[in-house]
Amino acid sequence: MPIIEVHDLRKAYGGRTVVDGVSFAVEEGEIFGVLGPNGAGKTTTVECVEGLRVPDTGTVGVAGLDPVADHDMVTRILGAQLQESELQAKLTVREALELYAAFYPHPADWHPLAERLRLTDKLDSRFGKLSGGQKQRLFIALALIGNPRVVVLDELTTGLDPRARRDTWELIEDVRDRGVTVLLVTHFMEEAQRLCDRIAVIDKGRVAALDTPAGLISRAANSTVMSFTPSAPLDEHLLAALPAVTSVDHRDGRYTLNGTDETVDAAITLLARHHITAHQLRVSDATLDDAFLDLTGASA
Amino acid sequence: MTAAVTAPHAGAPRRASAAVLKAEFRIFRREPGALFWIMLFPTILLVVLGSIPSFRETDAGLGGIRLVDAYVPVTVLLSLIMAGLQAMPPLITGYRERGILRRMSATPVRPSAVLGAQMGIHGAAALVSALLSLAVGRLVFDVPLPRQAFGYVLALLLAIACGLALGALVSALARTTKAATAIGSAVFFPSMFSAGVWLPVQAMPDALARIVELAPLGAAAQALGEAAGGDWPSFSHLGVLVLWAVALSAGAARWFRWE
Repeated sequence: MPIIEVHDLRKAYGGRTVVDGVSFAVEEGEIFGVLGPNGAGKTTTVECVEGLRVPDTGTVGVAGLDPVADHDMVTRILGAQLQESELQAKLTVREALELYAAFYPHPADWHPLAERLRLTDKLDSRFGKLSGGQKQRLFIALALIGNPRVVVLDELTTGLDPRARRDTWELIEDVRDRGVTVLLVTHFMEEAQRLCDRIAVIDKGRVAALDTPAGLISRAANSTVMSFTPSAPLDEHLLAALPAVTSVDHRDGRYTLNGTDETVDAAITLLARHHITAHQLRVSDATLDDAFLDLTGASA
Repeated sequence: MTAAVTAPHAGAPRRASAAVLKAEFRIFRREPGALFWIMLFPTILLVVLGSIPSFRETDAGLGGIRLVDAYVPVTVLLSLIMAGLQAMPPLITGYRERGILRRMSATPVRPSAVLGAQMGIHGAAALVSALLSLAVGRLVFDVPLPRQAFGYVLALLLAIACGLALGALVSALARTTKAATAIGSAVFFPSMFSAGVWLPVQAMPDALARIVELAPLGAAAQALGEAAGGDWPSFSHLGVLVLWAVALSAGAARWFRWE
């Protein structure tokens, strides 16, 4: 039975529909990604899961509870990191951790959490004096401090440097390995590809696709990209006629083909037949980025 | 699945509210500006005015008391105005504007715990400041302590309730910190006037005093003045205070938004 269930969720602000019939279900213990362009309705969707917004229509369930009607119960088992929020400027990191730990019936020990998020030498700094990355790390700690069963992270690693980002990813994987369900809103493809078991791509308030990262990538129209610089001039029309090719780009003597594995095989045969060597040959699989751009192409 | 839904236990919300109060009190102590205006400024004003020789002469127009005697209740109310109108509303709207209340509403604690803590802290600060004014008045200027102590305490508590409710209403109506400061100031000067900061209510012309008595701080000034003189504060003044406290609280509760 899914721990988070969102069914036909709709939400409009002043006549402008932001979420237009979103449905998905998250199984216990998975990292579920919500991916989408800015303004796609990602944050509004998870805010309905957190009980911070009331859906216009549709239902949301967290462990069988209604996040609005049973807000008190849901907040005990759901930890949240919000996209836009602050703490009291003159509250120190230690005081914030102690304060938020006191809100929960069975809080985690905040010391290892602070250590893991590299906040230990900032414990006596006031919130107002922290850098963006330090604030972000503190908010991640506060999302986990109540020992939640479900944690909702909105823009998890925004503002973090590459090292802190990787540390945070490891932390989230450890949290998931302890059986905690993670709902992750992100626009970082690398983050989604690395962390998520499944991803819902949301575009214009609707679920455009819902699959594993690998499943989404295989849906991309151009799943393979091949590029090379030919040793001799080449007739571009021959390349365009290759099987399964979707586009040919020629720039500064270098060709880039989009297609499939079949395209690559045929291109190599073609070049061999014309005694042309392909210099600096690169073949790469499409990334989640490509899949994402394909799926949300219409809104670009 | 039902295992997850543990029944809320009664001790937890109280522990959480106590933690909020503790944290907000620490933050309050880190605001030197607010501490000065609430805790020290009213007493300093009393000392400055009391140092003027004419303020220490008996004045027939005040019913035989000195101007400095009349100014002790005024400075008591001034601390309340500073706490309720100048300090609290911008702080609460700032919490709302910056998402501090919002972050809290994603936890088992209701943001109302913050509002409660702020009202408690500012009310207590006004009370301590009032005691300081009374003590300095007594020790430095020989102003007698209120002769009708119980009536004085009752009037003071009602006045504090009014002042905090007024501050809460300003916080409710102002969407931004800037607006809270602006509305607070707009209410601040009439409140100071009706409390008698420029001219004690007892010294105002009768017609003006009748009008001022209908304002919360005017009624409070009159009630405190009566209790200081040894009389039980008149029920009309106490009634005005009760009405204002109820109406202002109802308005604050009606219009307050957490985000």
